[in-house]
Amino acid sequence: MARRIGVLALQGDFAKHAAMLTRLGATALEIRRERQLAGCDALILPGGESTTLTKLLDSYGFYEPIRDFARRRPVMGTCAGAILAAREVDDPRVRPLNLIDISARRNAYGRQVDSFIAEVAAPCLPPPPRFRAIFIRAPQIVRAGPETEVLIFLGPDPVMVRQENILALTFHPELTEDFRIHEYFLAMTRG
Amino acid sequence: MEKGTFETKIGLAEMLKGGVIMDVTNADQAKIAEDAGAVAVMALERIPADIRQAGGVARMSDPAMIIQIQKAVSIPVMAKCRIGHFAEAQILQELKIDFIDESEVLTPADEVNHIDKHAFRAPFVCGCRNLGEALRRIGEGAAMIRTKGEPGTGNIVEAVRHMRQVMGEIRRLGTLRPDERMAFAKELAAPFEWVEKTAELGKLPVPNFAAGGVATPADAALMMQLGAESVFVGSGIFRSQDPARRAKAIVEAVTHFDDPEILLRVSIGLGEAMAGLEIKDIPQEAQMQYRGW
Repeated sequence: MARRIGVLALQGDFAKHAAMLTRLGATALEIRRERQLAGCDALILPGGESTTLTKLLDSYGFYEPIRDFARRRPVMGTCAGAILAAREVDDPRVRPLNLIDISARRNAYGRQVDSFIAEVAAPCLPPPPRFRAIFIRAPQIVRAGPETEVLIFLGPDPVMVRQENILALTFHPELTEDFRIHEYFLAMTRG
Repeated sequence: MEKGTFETKIGLAEMLKGGVIMDVTNADQAKIAEDAGAVAVMALERIPADIRQAGGVARMSDPAMIIQIQKAVSIPVMAKCRIGHFAEAQILQELKIDFIDESEVLTPADEVNHIDKHAFRAPFVCGCRNLGEALRRIGEGAAMIRTKGEPGTGNIVEAVRHMRQVMGEIRRLGTLRPDERMAFAKELAAPFEWVEKTAELGKLPVPNFAAGGVATPADAALMMQLGAESVFVGSGIFRSQDPARRAKAIVEAVTHFDDPEILLRVSIGLGEAMAGLEIKDIPQEAQMQYRGW
């Protein structure tokens, strides 16, 4: 049966994630109210603005329901989604969900003119050995806890990490035509 | 490592989807906007309603004012340059502005040519009234398109006209046989390769936002339901009675644009909206939407 993957659709590039999931044969559900989480096998926290997402998560009572969801089911955060999934963020304007033991620094690589695309080694994925990673005003994972496995590095920086059922990445696989990271995430839903 | 490519430019536009970009004229307003949940702010010395009143030549804002706003907030900061004024755009890029709006709100510097936006690392947003204008701007390198509407009026009618025009032309394109697309490109005065791309995608090849006259949460929801992917609010927030509250309400209305229960709740008791202008009371030569070619 097709997996039912929720994509938090409060703000950001949720439609890109949903399109990729659909192409992989999963059912993508746009989540705007917390009660919609109940029908999902997994959840994606997309890219967007983490300050905006903080306000909307708070106004619509998402904090506890997502934490509860993440205790049992896979969650993937990309860029702003990774900031929200983190235990700590360097900026008091953002309130993270504390799903994975990492510390995030916002806009760590500069403003938009410094946004970049880099080929990163991806030994956790099937071949080819590299992934073309798009970083947009990207955050940096400045600390990864002892239980957090680093799956992909950019130089010395972890850019894709996993702790059990939680995946966090500071780049945007949903903006590429490369499905491998979404396939990796879908595999997590099959246990 | 690649930087400043069309892909990274569109990438930021994608991140701004489902959000509200608010015009601000100083650091305090910028903080109010960020605190209300804006995804970005547009830094400018005067909001469009005041530019309209003041008359004279409207130019790029003083960089000192833009820098203060960049220091005050963590969200992307946009700024406007005049149509065709690539030297203003060079200055804004040097300031590391996150998105440059080549905008009809300012007095055009060139009545024939727009800026070659491919020549810049910073992404550009441009206004349009129809699909041909949108695709010409994309051909020049724009990474985001917005409706023009009629800025500074608090009147949504022109933005609705422009969004319906663009979406209607995209639907019409979708009904054409491939051998009919060149004639359609000719009719639109649009670059053929971008007409082809639009036909293939069934939507604009870059994010498509609404702007020009949004004053209420209902206006924002209307534009989203007509096909906008985000909303710019210019004068509508800081010309209203309670800007912080209205800003937050418009943010929620964009997220929940098809949920009337929430739209009702956020629309209650916002205080007075900006007074607004009837379009027929503005002489055509004073309307900003006719700037741009």
